[in-house]
Amino acid sequence: MATTEEIRAKLAELVNDIAGTPVEKVQLDKSFVDDLDVDSLAMVEIIVGCEEAFSVTIPDEESKNLVTVGDAVAYIEAHQA
Amino acid sequence: MLASSGAPYARILSVGSAIPSRVVTNADMCQWIESTDEWIQQRTGIAERRWIGPDESVRTLALAAARTAIDRSSLPLGEIDCLILSTVSFFQQTPALAPMLAAELGLRDAAAYDISAACAGFCYGIAQAEALIRAGQAHNVVVIGAETLSRMTDVTDRSTAFLFADGAGAVVVGGSDEPGIGPVVWGSDGEHNEVIWQTAEWDEALRLGAEPKIGMNGQAVFKWATSFIATAAKRALEAAGLSPEELDVFLPHQANNRITDTMLRYLKLPERVVVARTIKKYGNNSAASIPIAMDELLSTGQAKSGQTALIIGFGAGLVYAGQVIKLP
Repeated sequence: MATTEEIRAKLAELVNDIAGTPVEKVQLDKSFVDDLDVDSLAMVEIIVGCEEAFSVTIPDEESKNLVTVGDAVAYIEAHQA
Repeated sequence: MLASSGAPYARILSVGSAIPSRVVTNADMCQWIESTDEWIQQRTGIAERRWIGPDESVRTLALAAARTAIDRSSLPLGEIDCLILSTVSFFQQTPALAPMLAAELGLRDAAAYDISAACAGFCYGIAQAEALIRAGQAHNVVVIGAETLSRMTDVTDRSTAFLFADGAGAVVVGGSDEPGIGPVVWGSDGEHNEVIWQTAEWDEALRLGAEPKIGMNGQAVFKWATSFIATAAKRALEAAGLSPEELDVFLPHQANNRITDTMLRYLKLPERVVVARTIKKYGNNSAASIPIAMDELLSTGQAKSGQTALIIGFGAGLVYAGQVIKLP
């Protein structure tokens, strides 16, 4: 089981890879869209990347609720295998 | 009873394309929808698209593309015995367009039929042509992808209006002593047919007095294309026994540059691999996008005859098909 910090760090790598956002900016309180230059398509890529990296399924209706990095980390923590 | 047997392998002999005359820029598009050139380019990679003008139709585009491909094949017309047309935008249900095209092209008594596999249609057609030739059911097959999606575009839908376009591309496929078309990786997922839809069935549309349009859940398509379809592209490469290092050209359906980018990240293709980006000038013209891109890359010298290319189409159905080919 990955820890909160491990999930955040991996997520930061994904966001950097997909949207080019510096990894250090990807903190729990940051909004993907408002703070991290992530547009709707990049958000879909990040969701897919999370599903692969953490072996979780994130349904479309859930992904709408993942506004901040903290939201995503909490979802992954709660649902990882 | 006798049974047929055909050529050991099949390959694409030639390619041709037809681009409609009317240029529709993003600025034109922004007359109808609230958007900007920058937003459209950033989300899709499309700077402009081509729509049919007054004297153009899916029939004229298909004919022009096929005629060029046949001329370039140098085959006598009498040796072409099958024509497969993929389209979703020929608005006559019966007879099919393919027999009329065959007649106008001078292909006497050729088997001719339309298929409907949306943006995967060209690759579906290539799979059929390859199988027909190897089975001895046909010797040389014209495969055409032709679309006039502008007729099905809701220009007021700000999530799709800027995507769809018109055009046609065609190839001639013939027998070969060496493999020129790899095994097809294909499939469908009708459970998700609601992801890309037609706004009304024809009988309902006639009652309403409005032509049906295409609707699309863009994010759902994006997710499918960048996950499942990216892995299908990898499977097509593996099915042909190739590693990414052995590929020269990547020719995905021109749905969205961002989909292409994500596929590239997943496939880890070497930097030297030439990647089709014709969506920038031509938009998403469904079944026509792959042969148009093929023709463009070859005619501009970006790709060369004999190089190895991965083609993959995916779209409404949901349906997909991909294979490795040798460029004509």
